[in-house]
Amino acid sequence: MSLNQFSALHVASRVRAGELSAREVLESSLSQIHAVDGLPGSLDQKPLEPAEEQKVHAFIRLTEDLARQQAEEVDRKVADGEDPGILAGVPVSIKDIFTLQGIETTAASRILYNFKPPYTATPVKKLIEAGALILGKANLDEFTFGSSSESSAFKPAPNNPWNPSRVPGGSSGGSAASVAAEEVALSLGTDTGGSIRQPAAFCGVVGLKPTYGRVSRYGLMAFSSSLDCPGPIARNVSDAALMLQIIAGNDPKDSTSSVVPAANYLEALKEGIKGLRIGLSPDYTHLFYPDFETGELAMEAIQKEISDAVLYAASVMADLGAEIVENVPLPNAKYSIPTYFVVSRVEAASNLHRFDGVKYGYRTPLEVEDLQDLIRRTRAEGFGSEAKLRILMGMYLSSEGFAANYYQRALKVRAMIRRDFERAFDPHGEHHLDVILTPTTATTAFKRNDVFGNTVRMQYSDQMTVSANHAGLPAVSVPGGLDADHLPIGIQFIGPDFREDMILRAGYAYEQATLDEAWRAVRPAVLRQEVAK
Amino acid sequence: MKDYEVVIGLETHIQLNTQTKIFCSCKADSWEAAPNTNICPVCSGMPGVLPVLNSEAVHKGALLAAAMHAEVNPVSYFDRKNYFYPDLPKGYQITQFDEPIGKGGYLDLHMPDGATRRVRIHKLHLEEDAGKTKLDHGMRLVDFNRCGVPLVEMVTEPDLRSGEEAAQYLIQLRQLLRWIGVSEADMERGHLRCDANVSIRERGSQILNTKTEIKNINSIDAVRQAIIEETKRQIELVESGGKVVSYTLDWDADTGKLSKMRSKETEADYRYFREPDLLPVVLTEEEIARVKAELPELPLERKARFQTEYGLSAYDAEILTSERGLSDYFEAAVDSFGGEAKTVSNWMMNDLSRLMNDLGKNASELVLTPAFLAQIIHMVEDGKINAATGKSLLRKVEESGREPAQIVEAEGLAVIGDSDALREQIQSVLAASTAEVESFRAGKESLLGWFVGQVMRATGGKADPKRTREILLELLRQK
Repeated sequence: MSLNQFSALHVASRVRAGELSAREVLESSLSQIHAVDGLPGSLDQKPLEPAEEQKVHAFIRLTEDLARQQAEEVDRKVADGEDPGILAGVPVSIKDIFTLQGIETTAASRILYNFKPPYTATPVKKLIEAGALILGKANLDEFTFGSSSESSAFKPAPNNPWNPSRVPGGSSGGSAASVAAEEVALSLGTDTGGSIRQPAAFCGVVGLKPTYGRVSRYGLMAFSSSLDCPGPIARNVSDAALMLQIIAGNDPKDSTSSVVPAANYLEALKEGIKGLRIGLSPDYTHLFYPDFETGELAMEAIQKEISDAVLYAASVMADLGAEIVENVPLPNAKYSIPTYFVVSRVEAASNLHRFDGVKYGYRTPLEVEDLQDLIRRTRAEGFGSEAKLRILMGMYLSSEGFAANYYQRALKVRAMIRRDFERAFDPHGEHHLDVILTPTTATTAFKRNDVFGNTVRMQYSDQMTVSANHAGLPAVSVPGGLDADHLPIGIQFIGPDFREDMILRAGYAYEQATLDEAWRAVRPAVLRQEVAK
Repeated sequence: MKDYEVVIGLETHIQLNTQTKIFCSCKADSWEAAPNTNICPVCSGMPGVLPVLNSEAVHKGALLAAAMHAEVNPVSYFDRKNYFYPDLPKGYQITQFDEPIGKGGYLDLHMPDGATRRVRIHKLHLEEDAGKTKLDHGMRLVDFNRCGVPLVEMVTEPDLRSGEEAAQYLIQLRQLLRWIGVSEADMERGHLRCDANVSIRERGSQILNTKTEIKNINSIDAVRQAIIEETKRQIELVESGGKVVSYTLDWDADTGKLSKMRSKETEADYRYFREPDLLPVVLTEEEIARVKAELPELPLERKARFQTEYGLSAYDAEILTSERGLSDYFEAAVDSFGGEAKTVSNWMMNDLSRLMNDLGKNASELVLTPAFLAQIIHMVEDGKINAATGKSLLRKVEESGREPAQIVEAEGLAVIGDSDALREQIQSVLAASTAEVESFRAGKESLLGWFVGQVMRATGGKADPKRTREILLELLRQK
């Protein structure tokens, strides 16, 4: 087993013990990246060599020099007997939506192609202080607007390491792909409607969206400020717990970050799930969407292998002593996507106002008539089509005369979605659940160019994840098997506010109980090629 | 010509005198700072950064709301007002919209002629200021220093009826702002900015006609003038068969002329919605009670009390309550003096006020404490020093910081009322003026005044004039 395959916990403990140098770990990661990643994302859209089609393309920018300095610092500390931090020597990728001082932060958008922030995002800062090695900025959907990473202005967009003709999901597609392809042990992603959990499911890794406010948003370029959550992506549950431990906590720079103390997540894993009440909901077995022609609400069962995986997980956990509670009603979950369309677009349109070509980033090189013309042309040339669509929709939905019918109404539905969960988790309620078990996605990874271009269909791939964002609740996706095409299946645990410890315990118990199952031995295609080579 | 009345509403922006800006730790005041030297990623709207609310701004906003008799909102919210302008680096302004810090309220305007006009407050909310742009050699320059400066926007109902009333409103608002300590309220420095909405109607009518908005009125005189000009313009226009159009007008203080900035027929859609980066501003009942308790006695209440409690004239009470520091000084001095308040008032209205003018200081900046002033007045009242010495002591104490009694002692300024010492001085004056003594004794008693003058000169003005006269007469009439 080469170093890049080890878990973050394993690497950190050996580096801290002086058995392994951070430099060695770094070199192993870099060589893996050079072997499987291919070209980084770029604004120059050159035709690709056929071999590049098989690569992962997880990154927009590698930060080798920074990682080397960090590795040297960790090794020096170990040599000098200083504490190198609990993530000492662990290779990490950062979704390129988080600022890193002095290093281009693009949000995968042309409009920020040259933006070097003078400040580092709080969760990134915490990772660095814990001794992590920042290897690079991972590719994503432009401004996180998407579920396939294909809307990135930096091409090639990332591919799914399990099958490079498939998307890795999104928007944290580069992050999930970099972890699945064993280029890094951990990645920092963001989840607004499912952007950590859906790519984690598609790429066969663990992705956790914390409670809103659990992790600081300072330095995260906002998509939908009331929904955005930074969170960890890892190859196993323990590593996700370890990373959450580091990035969680109050931040005076983010008023919406919580003062509730973080639990000891790693310790919590050991508690097991005996007596844990796990709910299953009939409202998570189907996709509900308006027929694109008629607007009628249609219903479609989710991929059978995925619902089977959820039921199988429930039986495994029942065997471990958990109580499975069926038929938990979450009736408003089916309105999650329409609600999300409204809330997230309104906030996004406002959040994108600041990109006007006046102070930083892209500015139109063309002759302009006046100030309005400068702003208009800059935005027309700088934003991709998905961003423009969201701006138009957000402006429309929040404009006078429409806001009451759409935005204000969506906020009411959002409150109803949350109330469903509050009832399910209410300790004095009928179900008094500890966690809810659902599929993470309705399908496994879809083909490149299959959905991209249809913004509504793309949005519906977040149907299973987005209600946790509306409700602000923590949720984790863990690998739950492979489908017939050898594509990963994700199962999701949703918990009450600030009970990341509970969903991690559930995920860990399931993971440990299924470690010996045959599907766990199957490796992503890009890694199988490596072995063959 | 018909009988018209003008209907005016004022929109003011009040810069709060907090230490730091409303959402970041940059200094709040950038007066005379070079462009873009008092900024940070937060106030200059870089991507990914977040606002953190300055609690001092909330406190001062609540205090102002309470002072305006508004309801202090227990739960208020910040909202985003979205629009594009290069001096607005986020592309939206963080402001309060439908649930502001203060609701309702009024200011009772006391006009110099004794009339009172209640001006209702339509809107009172917290917000951040935007930056500034200017044209320079064909370039548009932007300065973000002012971005994020805490403001209270306060809008009146259309309750004002003349340029003079509008001016009085600003004068009394400015006094109040300084009085409760929430703003320096210096119009020249933009701490207090004013736009006026002006329309006319036939007297007796209740309808509100189309209004114009006058921007950039940066002094009280300008407010008065601009409104008078605009009223005249509208009346002439309507009288000649024209119609008032909803313009935004710019006031040029140098030429005293209004010019059209833009027509304002369509209202911009700012797409307000709750600022998701900030939590609701929650003030508990106790906190609101504390704010109200902190509210000092307001100028009008204090003026009335000065008249009844101290028997001051309306004029004196008005002057002494023009500034909170001055009125506090007065009360402290009266307290320390213990005698007639009117005496203290006279000293303050005349000599002390002259001294403050000369030195350019206000009452709270004086080294001469109320207790020192009281001591000086006491010494004069008791005849320990004469009035002239007392007046000159004001400046000496202010400059040295020493206690008045000490200065009197050290410099020997006390009145020489002691008979022996005075008698000696008088005897030597008489000895040196034998010719005048003879003339007096020969019947020219009008020389008494001259002798008094001589004694005063010899004693450096410290002789008690009454005693001097008595002793002089006694000695001159001997023999």
